[in-house]
Amino acid sequence: MKTQIVIIGGGPAGLAAAVSARKAGAEKVLILERSGELGGILNQCIHNGFGLHRFKEELTGPEYAARFIQMAKEAGVEAMTNTTVISVSPDRSVTAMSREKGVFTVEAGAVILAMGCRERPRGALRIPGLRPAGIYSAGTAQKFVNVLGRMPGKRVVILGSGDIGLIMARRMTLEGAKVLAVAELMPYSGGLKRNIVQCLDDYGIPLLLSHTVVDIRGKERVEGVTVARVDDKLKPIPGTEIEYDCDTLLLSCGLIPENELSYDLGCELSPVTSGPRVNERLETSIPGVFACGNVLHVHDLVDYVSEEAEAAGAAAAAFVLQGELPAGEPLRLVAASGVRYTVPSTIDPGRMGETQTVRFRVGNVYKDCRVAVYLGEERLRYIKKRIVTPGEMEQVILKKSELSGKTGELRFAIEG
Amino acid sequence: MKVIVIGAGVTGCAIARELCRSQYEVTVLEKASDLCEGTSKANSGIVHAGFDAVPGSLMARLNVRGSELMEPLSRELDFAYRRNGAFVLCFEKENEPRLQELKERGEKNGVKGLRILTGDEVRAMEPQVSDKVTAALRAPTSGIVCPFELTIALGENAAVNGADFRFNTAVTGIRRKDNGWTLETSKGEFEADIVINAAGVYADRIHNMVSEEKMEIIPRKGEYCLMDKKLGGLVDSTLFQLPTQYGKGVLVTPTVHGNLMVGPTAVDIPDKENTATTAEGMAELLQRGAKSVKNLPLNQIITSFTGLRAHESHDDFIIGEAAGAPGFIDAAGIASPGLSSAPAIGEYVAEIVQSIAPAEKKENFIGARTGIPHVAGMSPEALHALIEKDPAFANVICRCERVTEGEILAAIHRPLGATTLDGVKRRTRAGMGRCQAGFCSPSVVEILARELGKDPGEITKAGGESRFITGYDKEGLA
Repeated sequence: MKTQIVIIGGGPAGLAAAVSARKAGAEKVLILERSGELGGILNQCIHNGFGLHRFKEELTGPEYAARFIQMAKEAGVEAMTNTTVISVSPDRSVTAMSREKGVFTVEAGAVILAMGCRERPRGALRIPGLRPAGIYSAGTAQKFVNVLGRMPGKRVVILGSGDIGLIMARRMTLEGAKVLAVAELMPYSGGLKRNIVQCLDDYGIPLLLSHTVVDIRGKERVEGVTVARVDDKLKPIPGTEIEYDCDTLLLSCGLIPENELSYDLGCELSPVTSGPRVNERLETSIPGVFACGNVLHVHDLVDYVSEEAEAAGAAAAAFVLQGELPAGEPLRLVAASGVRYTVPSTIDPGRMGETQTVRFRVGNVYKDCRVAVYLGEERLRYIKKRIVTPGEMEQVILKKSELSGKTGELRFAIEG
Repeated sequence: MKVIVIGAGVTGCAIARELCRSQYEVTVLEKASDLCEGTSKANSGIVHAGFDAVPGSLMARLNVRGSELMEPLSRELDFAYRRNGAFVLCFEKENEPRLQELKERGEKNGVKGLRILTGDEVRAMEPQVSDKVTAALRAPTSGIVCPFELTIALGENAAVNGADFRFNTAVTGIRRKDNGWTLETSKGEFEADIVINAAGVYADRIHNMVSEEKMEIIPRKGEYCLMDKKLGGLVDSTLFQLPTQYGKGVLVTPTVHGNLMVGPTAVDIPDKENTATTAEGMAELLQRGAKSVKNLPLNQIITSFTGLRAHESHDDFIIGEAAGAPGFIDAAGIASPGLSSAPAIGEYVAEIVQSIAPAEKKENFIGARTGIPHVAGMSPEALHALIEKDPAFANVICRCERVTEGEILAAIHRPLGATTLDGVKRRTRAGMGRCQAGFCSPSVVEILARELGKDPGEITKAGGESRFITGYDKEGLA
């Protein structure tokens, strides 16, 4: 099989990339999706709040997905569901498996990685205690409740205040469970402010900042957990233990971009994001292989996933239609004080579009601060912010006119 | 001749299989819902070469014999085994003579190929070994095995050859009767001519039901951390540490499936069910493990667990007829190297049974077994052919370990098939990967329910009350 562009993953990133690639002139665009339907994790996100930026209305996850599935259909995007990609090679041939076709290979002009992310499991968190049933990542619980219609527990403690955990605190409450508390290791929440208000405060669920789970009890099913306060080195403080009698512990302690295919392919990965390092066109270190969405870095809102994926789709289309553009000396983006990473990692001013969006996250909560961008000694931006938090993604849009002909480092920092 | 084996761990399963070679009527009683639910599921997965045990001990003899049997057995029963070799690392010049002692001890035990290497020679073979290592004992016959596959393969093959496995059947009492024994269990009474006690950490309780010469098994708790498969290649050999006055040290090893494992700690505890991990235990073992290799990436841990070694104070296996209890045979105190010794323990116990109650060989014994196909390790051509035969092998359920519906169906419908999520996991590796069953557990619950004709609410992690689902949405609303 041959095609112009293969997109691995039919979630929000893959769909938006596909539509955009078609609009940009690619004729044959094929999505390979491992599950039975397109839409990705949005299909189990039945709460609303999606699409405020994109569509100026509040949609549920499946509704947001449905709009892009419709657009993809109209744009003539091909999709194969129940199809798992096994490997990608640097010459952009993609090997996959499905019931109908067995093991098969697609030779592609360009590949877009859009595999999404996974949740950090208990083991990676090193939570001590027994190992009974009743410990789920928040997304697993979400699947049980929203897709299978079954409750994974009745009395719940949640560790981690990532958005899925906050959303599940509300969902479990609405479906008849008692959510006793949400414990968060850090002194700030990892989720969106609006979710803390709408999912915890509105239901009287306490958020215990600087707390963690120090023990899990129960041999067969969870019977209780012990939560303790942590000090500024994140070590539990003896004497601060709180015992909860519960049958369920949900974990919402971070998402990890799922880059096993990218790793095997040989893409250079960022140790900070766990996603590929990309240039201004969201192209990885392997020419013609692009990345977007949560496989690249974990986003806060799907609206931004769509936007980023559209840029990747257009860049992949340009790659197959025009070939590799002549490269100049790229600017290296540096995450300086307070900034954890930037996407992209480099910008080639000669190849960039009229504008370039740079997305990043901060490493702590900063109030009344500035987002500063320096090109060498020259300060390009000094944007006033009332508050920036690790739970929300930030972005700066740079213009071609201000980067053209420049070399060196572009430094991003939080100041004052 | 009726023989009852108590316990379906690796020891019980190995014994049951050996007995099935002869005309015995074999029943295995297991209190858990599946094979391999105790010590056999939580250990290092090492097939020790046999240099560690005291020369002349039962442990020494059965370890070396078990290690010899393991490779041919892995081919016969189709389970994962690799002879990767081991090093015992020495970190201080002044301790090097102890490597020599260990080598001599191993040679007395009949371990082949032992030699002592300098630190640089070790690092030439294993570049990640710490620069602090001054010398090491090389044991080329040391190997790694999947303890679940080994136990399940032995049990399954015993079942195919006639052994009757009764799960959820806990022995609560044993009465002597004329020429035999009556076992009281949670599922009624069983009669036997010969009883074999392979009850792991509970072997003392079983033994003490029949013998005046009391036994005490004090579980020795060992915590482990398992790391992502990306790291399995960090080291190729199993790295032990030379025991010093500061403790026995921990091992760093690739697993046979390509993860990296660090462990175990060693703490004696009274509670036979305490398989909790502790913050202190994990911190200790990671600190000790980091001594052996240069870059132990702690951020790549995917899970941790605790196993209990069935340790008896005499530091040797206790295998033989119990005092004052004719026809009651202990296979007790099977601490490390119990897994390595299991095939040899099976042979040895079968010999003891033969000596008490001889039986003819069975002519129709089938020793060979074909395991579940593993899609993850298959060539594209072989996988393509398999999918053409059965498309269920294209439906990936566990993405991290690439386990398909075909494999899960096979695990459920084989002899002694899986009935729980842990059962599916140990037979197929579904849920054993880096997301630790986050994505696949709802699907596996559904498949188990469908195939077993049950409601998803009845499906458990590992039997008992370990259910995944507590009710329907909105059920709890007033």
